[in-house]
Amino acid sequence: MKFLSFSNPADRPLIIALMTTFVILLVGTAYTLTTQGTAPLFTPSYLLQQLQIGSFLGICAAGMMMVVLLGHIDLSVPWTMTAAAMMATTVGGPWAIPAGLSVGLCVGLLNGFGVSVLRIPSMIFTLGVDSVLRGLMVAHTGGFAPQTKASPLMRYLAADTILGIPVAIFVWAFVSLVIVVILTRAGFGKSIYAVGVKEGAAYLSGIRTRRVITGSFVASSLCAATAGILLAGYSAKAYQDMGTQYLLPAIAAVVLGGTHILGGRGRYLGTLLGATLLVFLNSVLSILQMPESYRQIIYGVVIITMLLVYGRGKQN
Amino acid sequence: MINKVKASILRNRGFTGAFILFAALFLTYQSMHPRGFSTAVLVQNSNEVVALAFVAIAQTIPVLMGGLDLSVGAVMTLTNTVASHVVTGTPLQMLFGAVVTLAVGAGFGAMNGLIVVYGRIQPIIATLATGAIAIGLALILRPSPGGDIDGDLNWAATNAVFDLAETYGFADNGNAAWLQPFVNIPVPLLILLVVALGVWLPFKRTVTCRTIYAIGSAESAAHLSGLPIARAKIAAFTLAGFFAACGGLYLAVQTSSGNADITQAGTYTLNSIASVVLGGTSLMGGSGGAIGSMIGAFILRIISFYFRILSIDPLLQPLIEGLVLLVAVSLGALRTFRVKNKLDLFR
Repeated sequence: MKFLSFSNPADRPLIIALMTTFVILLVGTAYTLTTQGTAPLFTPSYLLQQLQIGSFLGICAAGMMMVVLLGHIDLSVPWTMTAAAMMATTVGGPWAIPAGLSVGLCVGLLNGFGVSVLRIPSMIFTLGVDSVLRGLMVAHTGGFAPQTKASPLMRYLAADTILGIPVAIFVWAFVSLVIVVILTRAGFGKSIYAVGVKEGAAYLSGIRTRRVITGSFVASSLCAATAGILLAGYSAKAYQDMGTQYLLPAIAAVVLGGTHILGGRGRYLGTLLGATLLVFLNSVLSILQMPESYRQIIYGVVIITMLLVYGRGKQN
Repeated sequence: MINKVKASILRNRGFTGAFILFAALFLTYQSMHPRGFSTAVLVQNSNEVVALAFVAIAQTIPVLMGGLDLSVGAVMTLTNTVASHVVTGTPLQMLFGAVVTLAVGAGFGAMNGLIVVYGRIQPIIATLATGAIAIGLALILRPSPGGDIDGDLNWAATNAVFDLAETYGFADNGNAAWLQPFVNIPVPLLILLVVALGVWLPFKRTVTCRTIYAIGSAESAAHLSGLPIARAKIAAFTLAGFFAACGGLYLAVQTSSGNADITQAGTYTLNSIASVVLGGTSLMGGSGGAIGSMIGAFILRIISFYFRILSIDPLLQPLIEGLVLLVAVSLGALRTFRVKNKLDLFR
């Protein structure tokens, strides 16, 4: 690891997350070795399959990071995912994916308007938008699972493989690339960090903070919509409440990756590692046949412990 | 005197607005209801609002500090399952069980506070994680819904004062003359008001609580003024846990059972944030109060009561609920248009 050094405090969360992921895989392997005498966890097919399922969370976390860097949060992710997936399957055909993404665009613009122009705390505004979207989807589907099917392209993107590598991983990689370029190479990315550190100062330095905030919320909602479309493609259909289980892990992935929840600090590589960690943690807990109760406890304990380790030596 | 009242109203603009909205919604609802202003309707309404009101009060205290407690719904669920195991047996045992339940909630809250203060983790993330732990513990205690809470207690706690007296046979089974002015008051409302006012109003006068407000306004200023920051933070989360436990305990008595429902825990947490905002408490901290959040919870519940008397397509109900919530919180944006100096917008 040439580009990560433990002496650099900004890199420390990344290294710890990487090591924890490794430890999780080792624990899983120790279990399979003792019970079945095999070690499937380090085989490429297992890793790729987990990353394929993990791509939904990874893409959500990538979008979430854009708003967390501002010191905001996007609680509308669950129903943005569901609404995008349902609209995509309803429209169907070649326009399925554009329809889903335009849902994301609209939600992002609405969130951005509420937070940047009306100046309502993002925590409550996105929560309200989430419940409105839920209401819209219940009215649209009648509260049942919609009968419409995912289009062939959605199926391809989510469930097919190229040269043995799932296409979904390529989508995740593409989204990651776009986010990395925005955050490190574009002026927009620099503005996001500036607004996250101190919005007033950013405004006085001539940054159009309203546009920056709106842009970040659009990015978050587009990512959520992409994840929703992929998830619908993976399950061949959209269903009620398909996004709820992704909200909290997405926030956790961003924070475990070392991004500060109050904004201004964080690297995308961290979010990527955070999402991978949660994906493998989940999958190893499944292999261990852990009941839901212990799973939740382990989940919470891992997050707290890692953050306690990150925070060492940081004094106010 | 009038000037004093006027100043107080202006200072608590958010609370006044919430109270007027609540009064308007409530009176309209009762006059439209075919059996409006009757004890039965009142009892039913207050039964549905108590748990949320407790959780909303719980949420208020960390919010006043500028933090957020994402574990209140989970703690309510955890204490709900605890209560379903311990609130049984003789009256004395049940009382002991209730104390144990409240202690579990307060203890869990204290743990949140210790993690936030000494672990130096942001409250929103720390409580996100401890919330998962609370749900896990609740699932261990109640893998499937169940429990056996005394039927008398359930009946007495969820009806009017008359039924309470009749169940336990005091005041001539509820017919004593001195009790008559009170017989129609719903017991759940009484429990809520006694606990909420009995704990919150004295607490509000303590240095600890003033420190919580001070932290919400400006933490570094509070620190430099020598206020007990660590103590206030731990106290805030402990009280949040205590009030969440009140909600969980009441829910257990009301449903005679415990249920480790993850979805319900999440809904309660989110609704508690909405109630706090509707009640006029700023999410930035430093202004507002627990009574406002209680009113906020009332407003949130009344909106859904309307669906029972108006013939609205059930499929549109979640949409209307969402829109009302969104519009109600957007009213807070009116401040934005009064601001003269644009820099004041940035906190």
